[in-house]
Amino acid sequence: MPQVRDCYDARIGRMVICIASGKGGTGKTTIATNLAMSLNGKVQLLDCDVEEPNAHLFLKPELNHTERITTPVPEVDLEKCDFCGQCGEICQFSAITVIGKKVLTFPELCHSCKGCMMVCPREAISEKGRELGVLEKGWSGRVEFIHGLLRVGEAMSPPLINQVKAHIDPEKIAIIDAPPGTSCPVIVTLKGSDFAILVTEPTPFGLNDLKLAVGAVRILGIPLGIIINRCDVGDDRVATYAREENIPILMEIPNDRKIAEAYSRGIMMVDVVPEMKDRFQAMYDKIRELL
Amino acid sequence: MKELTIISGKGGTGKTSVVASFAALAQNKVLADADVDAADLHLILAPEIKHEEDFKGGRTAQIDLDACTECEECLDRCQFKAISPTFVVDKIDCEGCGVCVHFCPVQAIDFPQNICGKWYISETRFGPMVHAKLGIAEENSGLLVSLVRNQAKVLAEDRGLDTIIVDGPPGIGCPVIASITGTSAILIVTEPTLSGLHDLERVGGLAAHFKIPTLACINKFDLNEEMSDQIARCCARNHIALVGRIPYDTSVTHAMVAGKSIVEFSDGSVSDAINKIWEKVENCLTQV
Repeated sequence: MPQVRDCYDARIGRMVICIASGKGGTGKTTIATNLAMSLNGKVQLLDCDVEEPNAHLFLKPELNHTERITTPVPEVDLEKCDFCGQCGEICQFSAITVIGKKVLTFPELCHSCKGCMMVCPREAISEKGRELGVLEKGWSGRVEFIHGLLRVGEAMSPPLINQVKAHIDPEKIAIIDAPPGTSCPVIVTLKGSDFAILVTEPTPFGLNDLKLAVGAVRILGIPLGIIINRCDVGDDRVATYAREENIPILMEIPNDRKIAEAYSRGIMMVDVVPEMKDRFQAMYDKIRELL
Repeated sequence: MKELTIISGKGGTGKTSVVASFAALAQNKVLADADVDAADLHLILAPEIKHEEDFKGGRTAQIDLDACTECEECLDRCQFKAISPTFVVDKIDCEGCGVCVHFCPVQAIDFPQNICGKWYISETRFGPMVHAKLGIAEENSGLLVSLVRNQAKVLAEDRGLDTIIVDGPPGIGCPVIASITGTSAILIVTEPTLSGLHDLERVGGLAAHFKIPTLACINKFDLNEEMSDQIARCCARNHIALVGRIPYDTSVTHAMVAGKSIVEFSDGSVSDAINKIWEKVENCLTQV
């Protein structure tokens, strides 16, 4: 998709790198936070895993902004309503329905298309907000930090993810921490990225989910590379797959109890293995060459 | 009939490895893989597919450019910026709301239903299994999760089986909600890390929101025992019954590479711990 590549402009240095994986728990957040902390220049970290965001546990940012994020859902003025039922007919999501002289709304099912408001002949439907969650911003040293926290009980994460992504600053290198999986939240997160790093582990589960993630990234036309985390724990099928598919392996990180224990306490990898900083900067330079 | 759903909040804590072992230990059950966008249980259970069906999800708008008069009515009304200035609908951005279809003055927009994936009924060495494959970059994973669970229920009734074990997705959003609403009990598989603890609080909150009895077990508990104790306290505070701690052992990865559940693969400390956890879980299931 050409519009994706057009986003990348080497002159001003804009670069959006999305860290995704397919399988959960392979080390996305570790890579995203340590990469952000290792790079020279202006960097921002956007945590788009709004269901279970963890980057803040490692970056420990000083937050200076909190915002409630809502999405518009219908509110019906029964004084104006004549119960014609057109709102229920247009709604694809069964979020509004007229039964006799009653209008039932199910705000949690609403996708905010505003069809009901547009179609109502008596202008009886107005907008109210359903809370999706909160968006928080701050700084961790030189790294600008933004994340979203989905409200517990809220089903729809994509609109909140889009709000987080709206804070991408074209003057900076943006590192995005994506949710696991390959469905809508991941696609929404990846869309518009200049490069995708897929973090995997050399196990049958890692490989299976990596293949799905590669499929998703390719549908979006985004160039990609792989990081094999805990590269010495399983078998060599991930490396073989990468070779066959011509996907560059950007980095291999051995299983290291020191890193695992630091991770368990919320301590950054670059703080226990400082030489990783240079490796992350070198990896970034390699990605720029690839583009 | 009792239904147990295994979730984790955080991804990669070992849900599927635990479910594969439960598959080997439990009697008279149907297995369901509800992690439809990154399903892995089939890699261990090697299901033989007996029945396969398309999963039809939402709809996507399609503009007939020959009929289109370029009035821009659709562009103005689309809330998802899914229509380009040249009147091409972006399939990924289209939410399937049908607003453009309704308001197009010349009926130039078609609205076909999408085939978003497939679902299967299979046989495994541990009994029947219902699973699915969401198409890459497709939507409606929540709907597909509900379908998988419903089919598992039908299958259990048909065969007179009294337990359903559901391997759930990570997170707390739409597919997770679809995998736990109305289930008999939840087992959260967590790990002794700050991320594990943070995510347990959120997913535990979700379980409480739906008032579902919730159990938890800590995988790789000995990677950080102090954190494991913190997780135990978090469970107690949130009325989550901690049913066991599983030690870290590389044999778990070796079992996965061999395509086996850990309880089939070795008799070590991991298998012992999972055996005990299943006993407690089974006991809890009879009481809910």
